Amino acid sequence: MITPTPTFAPTFEVRNRTPTSRPTKIAVSDLNFYYGRVQALKSISLEIPERMVMAFIGPSGCGKTTFLRTLNRMNDVIPGTRVEGTVRIDGADIYSPVADVVDLRRKVGMVFQKSNPFPKSIFDNVAYGLKINRVTASRPELEDRVEVALKDAALWEEVKDRLKSSALGLSGGQQQRLCIARALAIKPEVILMDEPASALDPIATSKIEELIFELKRQYTIVIVTHNMQQAARVSDFTAFFLLGKLIEVNTTEKMFTAPDQKLTEDYITGRFG
Amino acid sequence: MEVHRHLDEELDQLRDTVLRLGGESEWALVRAMKALNERDDATAREVLEHDDAIDQLEVEVDQQCVDILALRQPAARDLRFVMSVAKMAPVLERIADHASNIARVVIELDKEPELNNHLRIRQMGEVASVMLGAALDAFTKHDAAAARKVIGRDSEINELYNSIFHDLIELMAREPSTATRDARLLFVAKHLERIGDYVTDICELTVYMAEAAVIKHRH
Repeated sequence: MITPTPTFAPTFEVRNRTPTSRPTKIAVSDLNFYYGRVQALKSISLEIPERMVMAFIGPSGCGKTTFLRTLNRMNDVIPGTRVEGTVRIDGADIYSPVADVVDLRRKVGMVFQKSNPFPKSIFDNVAYGLKINRVTASRPELEDRVEVALKDAALWEEVKDRLKSSALGLSGGQQQRLCIARALAIKPEVILMDEPASALDPIATSKIEELIFELKRQYTIVIVTHNMQQAARVSDFTAFFLLGKLIEVNTTEKMFTAPDQKLTEDYITGRFG
Repeated sequence: MEVHRHLDEELDQLRDTVLRLGGESEWALVRAMKALNERDDATAREVLEHDDAIDQLEVEVDQQCVDILALRQPAARDLRFVMSVAKMAPVLERIADHASNIARVVIELDKEPELNNHLRIRQMGEVASVMLGAALDAFTKHDAAAARKVIGRDSEINELYNSIFHDLIELMAREPSTATRDARLLFVAKHLERIGDYVTDICELTVYMAEAAVIKHRH
């Protein structure tokens, strides 16, 4: 019987070894998730502190992406799915009947494994969310928000002279950063990233990783990755999932040097099964 | 899991190399003490001649550690093992250096009259050798409890050193003509005392490797 590690205490030991205390941004309690009769997540409880990076690792099919998608109710669009338990963001239950899903997804942005820019110009891709959410009033304000988002996504210098060109003409890494800029434009508070660099070369990957490092000053970031070295490089905390259960959550430093659970150790040292 | 089979093989090779280094250092210490106890220059020279091979083994351990870190990026217990070995290799090499220094003293003592305050140094050498052997065993078996036991014996070495130190100082005052010989014996005792400290370092690394517990500077 695997006992999930209890949720975090309010004080965290972070990478730089300085104990710090950050308020909890996302608090998940006893979450179960079903695809029809198949239970994909089993009694998950964990807390994600504000403006920190948490990485989810685990073998394929362990539930990490499903779990990520429960954090902004992306699984709602899959027929036959069911959620039990609570997910609170800033204390508010996102699965409450009165929760506003549009508002939730504005607050919790998402970046996917495969970059998915719209077949529009670079500018329009970033402006899209702002337009449909009617969050900007004037053209200058819109331009300003697009520029800020592109700068925050470390893409501005590369595209500022061709904002009207098609986004599809960008490289894979640039497209991924464009998608990050698109997510940032509507000023979310949390960014969920589902293997954001898995299709990118090492240089584009390192740009995304550097970006994550910068973004955590402002945003709470949750990243699913198959690349354990990436989890080690970018995250403050790591959670290990197996067969729908949360086996261990720990500081990344502890996770990669001396994990508490033998299953975690076996997984990260490659001696699994 | 092919990649991890390679990692396992490389970790095994690294363990073999560091154990060879440990074995050579232990051999050097035992031979140097034998040379001292039997006033045997030939054995002392043998220890000195062997020192280069020990240095070479340390370089080999270094290289293997760097290769594994760069190419395999070990984590958790594998990482702790590689880090412990990387830190242990120079310690083992230093132990061999102290054994060589004892061997040099043996050659210098050849010109001195027969020793008469020698028994406790012999005993100190035996304790140091036993401790080193036990420390290497604990490392091989990843046995933190055994490593902690060895650390507990360092006080024996320190007590022996203090007692020999006082005896020799007293002897120098009483019989100034033996001062040169006594000073050299004092160096031997000091080398053995340092070896005791190095054995403690090895055991601390074993505890870290086995339990992820940092105990240095804490006991």
